[in-house]
Amino acid sequence: MTNQTPETPRLAIKGIRKVYPSVVANDGIDLTVMPGEIHAVLGENGAGKSTLMKVIYGVIRPDEGEILWEGQAVTVPNPAQARALGIGMVFQHFSLFETLTVVQNVALALPGDFDLPALAKRIEEVSERYGLPVDPRRLVHALSVGERQRVEIIRCLLQNPRLLILDEPTSVLTPQAVRKLFETLRKLASEGVSILYISHKLDEIQELCHRATVLRGGRVTGTCIPSQETPKTMARMMIGEDLPACSHGEPGAEGELRLELISLDHPTDDPFGTQLRNICLQVRSGEIVGIAGVSGNGQQELLRAISGEEAVRDHHAVRVCGQDVGHLNPARRRTLGMCFVPEERLGRGAVPRLTLTENALLTAHRKGMLSGGLIRFKVAQRFAEDCIARFDVKCGGAGSEAKSLSGGNLQKFIVGREIMQDPKLLVLAQPTWGVDVGAASFIRRSLLELRSSGTAILVISEELEELFEICDRMVVIAKGTLSPSTATSETDVEEIGMWMSGMWPGAAEQDGAPHVA
Amino acid sequence: MWLKFEPRAEPSRLMTYLSPLLAVGLMFLSGLLLFWVLGKDPIEGFRVFFLYPMRDAYSIAELFLKATPLMLCAVGLSVGFKANVWNIGAEGQLLIGALAGGWVALRFEHSTSPFLLPAMILAGAVGGMLWAAIPAFLRTRFNANEILTSLMLVYVAELVVSWLVHGPWKDPDGFNFPQTKVFSAAATLPLMLAGTRVNIALLFALGALVAGWVFMNRSFLGYQMKVAGQAENAGRYAGFSARRSVWFGMLAGGAMAGIAGIAEVAGPVGQITEKISPGYGFAAMIVAFVGRLSPIGILFSSLLMAILYVGGEQAQQYLSLPSSISKVFQGMLLFFLLGSDVFINFRPRFVRRRK
Repeated sequence: MTNQTPETPRLAIKGIRKVYPSVVANDGIDLTVMPGEIHAVLGENGAGKSTLMKVIYGVIRPDEGEILWEGQAVTVPNPAQARALGIGMVFQHFSLFETLTVVQNVALALPGDFDLPALAKRIEEVSERYGLPVDPRRLVHALSVGERQRVEIIRCLLQNPRLLILDEPTSVLTPQAVRKLFETLRKLASEGVSILYISHKLDEIQELCHRATVLRGGRVTGTCIPSQETPKTMARMMIGEDLPACSHGEPGAEGELRLELISLDHPTDDPFGTQLRNICLQVRSGEIVGIAGVSGNGQQELLRAISGEEAVRDHHAVRVCGQDVGHLNPARRRTLGMCFVPEERLGRGAVPRLTLTENALLTAHRKGMLSGGLIRFKVAQRFAEDCIARFDVKCGGAGSEAKSLSGGNLQKFIVGREIMQDPKLLVLAQPTWGVDVGAASFIRRSLLELRSSGTAILVISEELEELFEICDRMVVIAKGTLSPSTATSETDVEEIGMWMSGMWPGAAEQDGAPHVA
Repeated sequence: MWLKFEPRAEPSRLMTYLSPLLAVGLMFLSGLLLFWVLGKDPIEGFRVFFLYPMRDAYSIAELFLKATPLMLCAVGLSVGFKANVWNIGAEGQLLIGALAGGWVALRFEHSTSPFLLPAMILAGAVGGMLWAAIPAFLRTRFNANEILTSLMLVYVAELVVSWLVHGPWKDPDGFNFPQTKVFSAAATLPLMLAGTRVNIALLFALGALVAGWVFMNRSFLGYQMKVAGQAENAGRYAGFSARRSVWFGMLAGGAMAGIAGIAEVAGPVGQITEKISPGYGFAAMIVAFVGRLSPIGILFSSLLMAILYVGGEQAQQYLSLPSSISKVFQGMLLFFLLGSDVFINFRPRFVRRRK
């Protein structure tokens, strides 16, 4: 399938360099993409992938380097110019107006006058031709995440791009939807469209891409043909070293009940939020339970109900360590032995402008850091220093501000802070989101150790591989309801992927479309 | 060439402390300009306005006298401001505190008990807290914006004072002036230095600064309020009560303003009149921000503000300028401070104009 004909590259960039006040994001990057080629840009978070794509799409200007478009040197001062050249981009975070219809959203991005009926027709044509089913007359807020992504892709396709950039497109999709997306991309490539595919998921890149450029620390560390590599060799290019294996071990004997959700119903104030319905779940000591699901299916709401950031109407619906806690605030739930790692690190899990010592106080103040209403800073500092040492947090010391840490290191600090409080129940949301592969593997190993010492752990994650790696049991959340639980050893990605669309045995009839592709 | 402001990677600590000094400098410069425009000799104006207030021991004592209510109000307000609780109504809380304490003084006008003064001060604090409790309740119960409610209550408080001194509390032997009886000796704050007007309220103010420092830097509740102010979601995640921050922030400001109020009427004023405060409650907000919401900064900025008050009086006397000149200077100080604060988060850069 690779395009072998010797022709001018669609895009060639040479020596791109972009320096930010605190970091060199791109340092002399070269990259060529041929017509009809699906080219992967592979790298960990912070490797410089997004910066590079923004340079190509004209969102930011490079400090040095040149861009050749079909052999011609060009400057791309803004995205409009990029689109005029024939470059389209689908961002990781969608840029759609939720209160408008699909066709209205598309019309806003196109030059010229609005002719909505004609445009709707064109949308239908494109969506049929590339297998991207979507109804142009529907309002965007009623669409699933997968459908919204299709709208973004269609919006790009209507401008007949010759280069399409996709930034981590599969992070919000079910395995089945990923497969459909790949079919579309292959069809586009066979018609001569070049595709830049940004990802850190090695198996996807192997399946889809013709060539790959690997970035690390803002530099190109290698190019390869994914089909001739193994995930292991590509990972080494990406991280620079081999990863320690994560041994799962056997689950212990059935432990005591630490978290119980009993027919939890929870309405939401947010018009685009998800209502929780009849949620039942048990988590026992010595086990890790995972909740899989496509984002936006009630994970946020469920987490807030468990953590206590939102009180639950029925006090008995949430029980922690045998006590009804539905009406208790997070602080009082913590007193019972619950700890919690939220998905947002800066601003929720940690206060950006406070030091790590002060951030240790945020939740760990019960560890002897207070006396008569006053803070014992020495104790807090010792705790923070211990946490930094035990969890290998790279920072300037306990006096560093939280915002000066990289995402992965801050996450290690937050996870460490919660683990060091010896929780009876630990709840984590997206524990390794945006964390580099090395730190992610370290966090997973810490969780497994904690489980073996008898803690009950609940993990909510959108990364299926992660859940399969660490969980003893799994459930799936879809449209605000929870599937039955299944032992991880007795299921597979296929089945869980199916359940993520709301189709599990005995699932109630869904009203409206399930919130997935 | 264009002047462009680029966001800094991190807020500049240096500018955080330099900005108030820059603002003071700019205020001096525009002051000179203002004197010149008004047809006064700028050098003479500067001398009268800024140097006369410090010319001898008595003048310096007067500065401390004026700085006392400013310190009290500012330290109380800064507790709330740190938690993003915007109490704009310290002036009203000061007036109600003066009324509450003054009521005790008038009710027991023949008492010589040593407990009379403490009771008045306690009443003053409670009065200020009650007045501050209204916006706190409206905010926590109905989510009403405390900026508006606390500000509006200032005018209500002013009218209450006016009604009392024109009506029920008017001194029967006072030749119909709108004022109460003069407080008894037992209801007047003792002086600290003979020959000056400085009274022991200054000690309360300095004590409040120390207490404020301990609260903000060492207490867990102060920490919680700081978290609530900087990252609301982190406070919710940790389980800190947002309501408690609002209540505590409002009540701390109210109590301190109330004490400032009773210290004025039981100190230099000696009775309740229509003009208890020349806007101390409002000026204290400027004091708090110029002092960077820190008690040590407030100590200095309250003295600066006192110079503006005394300087205004001097300008009236020696330069025949209206007394509102001190308000003009207060306004300039705040204006330049807000302007200079831009440099904390942004750095100026000259860029060539694009073709």
